[in-house]
Order: sequence, then C-alpha cells, then structure tokens
Amino acid sequence: MRYLTTIGLEVHVQLKTQSKMFCACPTGHGAPPNTLVCPVCLGYPGAMPVMNEEAVHLTVVSGLMIGSHISEFSKFDRKSYFYPDMPKNYQISQFDKPLCEGGSVTITLDGQDKVIGVTRIHLEEDVGKSTHYAKSSGVDFNRAGHPLMEIVSDPDMESPEEAYAYLQALREILLYAGVSDCNLEEGNMRCDVNVSVRPENQTELGTKAELKNLNTQKGVLNSLYYEVSRQTALLERGERVVQETRRWDPDKGITTSMRVKEDAHDYRYFPEPDLLPVVLPREQVEAWRAALPERPRARRTRFVSEYGLPEYDAGVLIASREIADFFETAAGLAGNAKGVSNWIMTEVMRVLGDDACTLSALKLTPESLAELVKLVDSKTINMPGAKAVFEVLVDRGGDPRAIVEEKGLAQVSDTGSIEAFVDQAMQENPQSVEDYRNGKKAAAQFLVGQVMRLSRGKANPQMVGQMIADKLGVE
Amino acid sequence: MNFDFSDLTIASAQAAMERGDYTSEALVSALIARIAEKDAEIGAYLTVDEGYALDQARAADAARAEGRQGPLLGIPIGIKDLLNVEGQPCTCASRILEGYASPYDATAVARLRDAGVVFLGRTNMDEFAMGSSTENSAFRVTRNPADTERVPGGSSGGSAAAVAAGEAMATLGTDTGGSIRQPAAFCGCVGLKPTYGRVSRYGLTAFASSLDQIGPMTRTVRDSAILLGAMAGQDPMDSTSLDVPVPDYCAALTTDLTGVRLGLPREYFVDGMDAGVLARINEAVEICRKLGATIVDVSLPHTEYAIAVYYVVATAEASANLARFDGVRYGLRAEGATDPIDMYGKTRAQGFGPEVKRRVILGTYVLSGGYYDAYYLKAQKVRTLIRGDFEKAFEQCDAILTPTTPTPAFKVGENINDPLKMYLNDVFTATANLAGIPALSVPCPVAGSELPVGLQILGPAFGEELVLRVGHAYQSKVEEGN
Ligand SMILES: [Zn+2]
Repeated sequence: MRYLTTIGLEVHVQLKTQSKMFCACPTGHGAPPNTLVCPVCLGYPGAMPVMNEEAVHLTVVSGLMIGSHISEFSKFDRKSYFYPDMPKNYQISQFDKPLCEGGSVTITLDGQDKVIGVTRIHLEEDVGKSTHYAKSSGVDFNRAGHPLMEIVSDPDMESPEEAYAYLQALREILLYAGVSDCNLEEGNMRCDVNVSVRPENQTELGTKAELKNLNTQKGVLNSLYYEVSRQTALLERGERVVQETRRWDPDKGITTSMRVKEDAHDYRYFPEPDLLPVVLPREQVEAWRAALPERPRARRTRFVSEYGLPEYDAGVLIASREIADFFETAAGLAGNAKGVSNWIMTEVMRVLGDDACTLSALKLTPESLAELVKLVDSKTINMPGAKAVFEVLVDRGGDPRAIVEEKGLAQVSDTGSIEAFVDQAMQENPQSVEDYRNGKKAAAQFLVGQVMRLSRGKANPQMVGQMIADKLGVE
Repeated sequence: MNFDFSDLTIASAQAAMERGDYTSEALVSALIARIAEKDAEIGAYLTVDEGYALDQARAADAARAEGRQGPLLGIPIGIKDLLNVEGQPCTCASRILEGYASPYDATAVARLRDAGVVFLGRTNMDEFAMGSSTENSAFRVTRNPADTERVPGGSSGGSAAAVAAGEAMATLGTDTGGSIRQPAAFCGCVGLKPTYGRVSRYGLTAFASSLDQIGPMTRTVRDSAILLGAMAGQDPMDSTSLDVPVPDYCAALTTDLTGVRLGLPREYFVDGMDAGVLARINEAVEICRKLGATIVDVSLPHTEYAIAVYYVVATAEASANLARFDGVRYGLRAEGATDPIDMYGKTRAQGFGPEVKRRVILGTYVLSGGYYDAYYLKAQKVRTLIRGDFEKAFEQCDAILTPTTPTPAFKVGENINDPLKMYLNDVFTATANLAGIPALSVPCPVAGSELPVGLQILGPAFGEELVLRVGHAYQSKVEEGN
C-alpha cells in the first residue's frame, strides 16, 4: 500500500519595525531582560494598545508579494488563554477578518514548478519568553508585543521536501520585501507544521498532528521525515493516528506528544474593544503595490533572459536582494554582466563567507567593481593584479584606477620589456627549455610563471606564452 | 479658617483662593481634617495621602503667587481607586491588587495634574467597579451620608459619599452601566457620564472596555462642566477616544430652556416604580417646562432588553480584562503553588471577591465555543437596536429626561444575596453606556427625611453642552427656590 502525505504550514514572522505592535517600546534582541517594556506591553491595569501602522503596512506588503486579497476592512480580536509569558492572558490577534486572504507561493523541485496556496496572513503580538531554573521560572517580556505576522498555508504540500522548499521560497520573498530578517535560529521566523498521512485509495485527509519547536529549517525537514514515517508505520500496523500536538526533539530526532485534542484551548475570540477596525483605502493599497520590489522568481527569470546568465548563477545572485541589486548596478556600469557575476559568485561570496558579514559591511561598491571589471576587460591589469586591487576595494574602497597606479599593477604589454624577462627566464632554466622543446606543456607553464615572477606579476601572461613559443619555434 | 463643607464648590473655592481668602494648602488641610472627623462613619476613602496632597497644594499656591491662574488650580479632588495615579496604590478595592503602585498617570489624571488639581485621596468602590452598592469592596463598607443605614450606590459609591458628606467638593468616578449616576442619585450629588470616546480611558483599569467612561461627581452641574472641560479630548494613547473639539462647557450653561425639546420615554415610567421617585421626576419635568422647554413623549422600545444585553457584553469583556490579574507581574501572588495553572487558580481564588468571580465565570461562559453566537453576538445586535432607539428619539427631542434609578437608596445588606435584584438598579442607566451617549444625574429637591432622588438627562453623542445646560438650568431654578 502506498501512502499520501498532506502538509500545511503556519509560519510566524517577526516584523522589522522600530517599535512594538501596540506601544512605543523599541523592538530588539539581546537587551537585558525586561528593559524594553512599559505598562502597555506588560499588561498593567488601565494600559491600552495603540496600533503600529508600520506593522500593518509590512503585513499588507507581504500579502501583495504573494498575491493575497487585501481586506479593505479588517479588525483585531482577543484570543484568550493563560500562559505566564502572555502579559494580559489574551493575545491581540485577528480571527475572522485578517488583513490578507488568499495568495500563493511557487516552489521548484527537480525542475518542476508547483503552486502552494496561502490561506491567510494575519497580524498579532508576540509573547514573552520563559526561562526555567531549578526551583523557579522567569519571564522576559522584551519580546512581548513585537509585531508578529502569521502566514497560514493551504494543505498543499505532499512531501517534507515540498514543505522545506515552500519555507525557503517564502523566506526569500519576505526578505525581498524587507519585512523581516526571517532568521529561524534567532526566532524571528517560527514554524508550526500540520501533517497527516492517508492510504492512496482514501480521499478524505488522514488525522493530523501539529508539530512544534521547529527552530531550524533542517528541523522542519527532519521532523517531517520522522513524523511521516511514524504515522505511516501506525497505519500499516492497523492502528489509528491520534489528533494531537507533538513536540520535535532535535537531539533525539523524534517527536513526542504534548497534548491531545481534548485538551485543546477554547480561545473565546471576541472583537478587541480597545482598537478601531483597520480600514485600508484602495488608493493606499495601490500605492503600496506600486512600490513593491520585483519578486525573486521573476528576477531570476529576467537575469537569465536579460543578462544571459546560467540558471544556477541567476539563482545564487537573486537569493539575496542586496546582492542582486548590487549585481544589477555593477553589470549596468561594466557592460559585462557575466564578468560581474563571476566576481560576485567567487570573490565577493568568499569574502562574505569568511567574514560572515553582509555586503553593506564591505567598502566595495557596485561602481568600483564595475570599474575593476572594465580594467580587466581592457587588459589594463591581469587577473592576479585585479585580485590584489579587489582586496584593497573590499578593505578600504577607492577608485580601482588609482589603486592600480599606486601599486604599479598596470599590466606590461610592451614587447621590449617582456622580451628581457623571457630571455632571463630561459637562461636561468635551460632544463625547462629543453623539456618544452620535447613537448612537455608543464614546462611552458613553469617558464611563464618565471617570467611573471621576474616582472612582479605585471607581464601580460598571454603575450609571455606566445613569445616563449615563438622563440623556441614550438607550435 | 472655617469652611462650610456642605456648600463648597470648585467655582466658589477657586474664587476664594483668587481673592486670597485662603490658600490651597489651608483648604486641603481643612479637608483632611474633615475626612479624619467624618470618614470613620462614612467610609468614603480607601487611602488619603496627606503628604502627597499637601505637597501638590503648596506647589499650586506657589504657582498662583507667580501669577498662574486656572479654574482647577489648587482644587482638591478625590479619585476612584481604579484610576492610575503615578506612585499611588490603585487597588480597585480588590485584594488582588494589594501592594500594586501605579507606574503612570491615567490620561485624565495627568490632564488634571497639569491643570493644578490636588489629589486628595482614593475613594472606595465595588471591587473592579462590579456592583451597585459599594458593598463589594474588599476593604470597607461605605455608608450613604443621607442615611447611614443605607448604601451610597455603586460602583463609585466612595466618590459620591465623599462629595455628599463634605469630604470632597468633587471626585472622579467611572461609569460602565450607571456607576457614576446611580450613586450620585442615591447620595444627592451631580454625576456625569460623558459620551464614549469623550474622555480618554487610558489608565482606567478596564471593567468593560466598550462601556467604561471616566466622569466627574460634584455638587453642582457647573463644577462637572469645569472638570469635564479639563479632562475631555482625544488622546493618542486611547484609540477609542475621538477627535471632536472640546467646547467651553461652562459657556453653555444658561438658566433658560426656551426652545429645548425634552423627551419623556414611556418605557422609563413603569409600574412598580417608587412613588416618591416618580413624584420628584414629575416635579422636575414641570420645572423644565416652566423654564421654557417643550415636553414631548418619545419611545425607546428596546429598553427592556438593556439589562440582559449589558450583563452579557460587560461580563464578556470583563472576563478578558481581568485575566491579567494572575500573580505573575504585580499584585497578590498566592503562596504554595506547584505550577503556573495552580498559581493562577490560587491567586485568583484568594484575590477576587464573589461578585467578580461570578461575572468572570459568566463572561467566560458567554464567549465559549458554541455559545458565542447565542449570547455575545446576539447581545451586540440588540445593542445596535438600543442605539438606534436613541437616534430615532433624538430626531424628536434634544434631550431625554428619566429617573436615574427606579428606587432611592436601599439598606446595607438588603440586596447583597439577590444579584438579579441588584442588577436591576442599572435598568435606567445602562442604556446610555450601551448607546455610548452622555448622561447626567442631577439631584431633585427632597423634603426633610426623604432619600435623595436623581433626575437623569440624556443627550445625543457629544451633546454634553446641552445635557449640562438642562441640568444647570434645572439645578439653578431648584436652588433659587430653597
Ligand atoms: Zn511597551
């Protein structure tokens, strides 16, 4: 018997706003516990929420990026449950009138595109963070009230890989939109997964389990592998899957039951009386739509068609909006997109990887990289020289031409000077000359290297190779 | 300096201080002495912070010496104990908030502070404003100064009793279903519930967020106008406060009602109403007619559903609003809990009184899965009908006159075991909260040992000027007769 898997994701995303959802406290990570708090986000008696309009804007932008319908009228509701990290013991969330409804995210697996539906996006407030000690517990409310967007997918994914690809694609879109840092490890993107398995001849969906504590992208994938096989094994033994919430234990690589459905909360939603409904005029939404960035998938396609880049390169470049923007600016200035792409794919990525930093931390600019590419294309410098200039551009920035001058890196293409170095190298290495004559290509490489050394890297290597060949009468 | 506490008003005290008859410090000292003398019997106050009040009074006197003026400069008032005043307790008359000190001022409080008001002390109330007699206070019984065998009404019973007993010339109360107007009527003072959104709720410990309003309790309508003017206006901290200009309420006060159409809703003049109350209201209507008003009959057909709707909406909102009192961040935390759920249970069991528990349970029930549509949603629909009743009525009249309560003050303990009978005290007042409209209670003149009776004047949303004008004209005429 074959089994079919059905997966839906609820993704919580902390929005990148200056202040919290309902008060003026700053958002931020790493501050000492309970220092970014006020009567509002601590739920003190009499304190009242005031809407953060930027959070509404970022949520709507997210919805527009995935083609959601933006509600002209939406509202907030109170979701009641008792938990120590929840200051008011109700969360201000959105129940039946979310900001965004519908939409989709396209994923690509094994060259196949698939559209994953999105049910809704709503806006709510984050809760605090509990820490447990031997005999007590503490709560840090710095995070409480951070704007949190919940993106609920349709149950459209049929494998752990699809779920993983959806999460990746969604993350890419949200990063493009600039609405969040989307860092799972830092907790500004969190994911709950609903998964069920059913025999292939059964039409209605199987009983689902909800998985929690998936703090990494790998965690999403691995917990799903485990859970699908667990549920399949149960069905194969003729047992039933229990509807429950299960916790992923990344150390043991298993999921364990947290609570069964009978314990499920009755959240007692009702409209938040302290806030007015959100009314978004059409013109406002259209203005936001007009200001949207290009979506990453569209950009990848365009990079292939417009710049003639390979699919793979285009995919690497568009993965970060910052890098893709950098590429486009530099490619336009250099008039050699492939050249710019090669520099970014190799040297720039290496520096970013080594220093674990973002592009904006480097002194390199699109203008200076474009200039560098032009210097190479015009054979003003050779590649070793260009790499030396690149290091300077990364560390201190500046004008590549000036750096070439300053370091004396201009390539020597004048026959007279090169010939002197060639003669010296041949004189000093008679054995290699002999070997080259006898057809050993490696000897030629060695001789060119010697000339480059003597010229301190400035000789044009193609000219050197040609000259040695000519002198020895080798084809 | 001898003060006639039964006659002292904001306006008269301000005039006296401007003339230099006495200082704010002298006035505040005298009131503190008066409280010390009277309050053991009345029980209007929970706390009086003498040092805090005298510091404020001296600061006001110093400001006056430097040329500052203002209708509220140096005027002492009492504040209901569920409004946050920075650095003061705010118990809401509940054990669960014992030990809590406010880290901030309510917006209305901050505005009065800026106007130079002195905060005399914190007045008693029904726990979390849930009640109509102030008997639900966890700390003390408040007695009606008109007859100490009787309750002062509630929930702002302490605020009303303080004014009536001369322990304050004015106080702040809050009104969710009649909590300002009913005690004002029972004690014989003026109480105003403003339009929903007129005064910021920021810093008012919420009972029912869609119904609560802060309002003044005073001896004269003019004093209520002065206090309202200082507190009213949009507040960025309260999204439900509305951007409507604040007029000069005192300028609207005239002694003539020519051209004013006053409606009498037949649903508010029902069988079983106290005969004395009915007689006093009929006299009041006659006085208004003599002042030039036209009296018209109006109908508010959905009035009979108001109490049911009120208790569904208010308890639903209260069940969420009071969820924050859990022992985690402030106030009472029960000892000996084994886990968070146990801590919530023990803390709330020890911290809340029986009426609060009753309403939280009721509110939780009406919001529960499967019951929401039948109770909360239906109540909201009927609420819309009640609001519609008033809109229609105000096409025929400018303001509406009713009794504030069907009966005068009842005896301490009389209704304590009959919550339904207690709830019916709100029958004439809760409609204004459900409709969000302003309502004023003005005392009717009573003879000798008769208990105080209140005339309620209701107006359309943001119609405070007219409501105050009718109340002032009536009160002036009545006092002229005395
Ligand atoms: Zn805050």
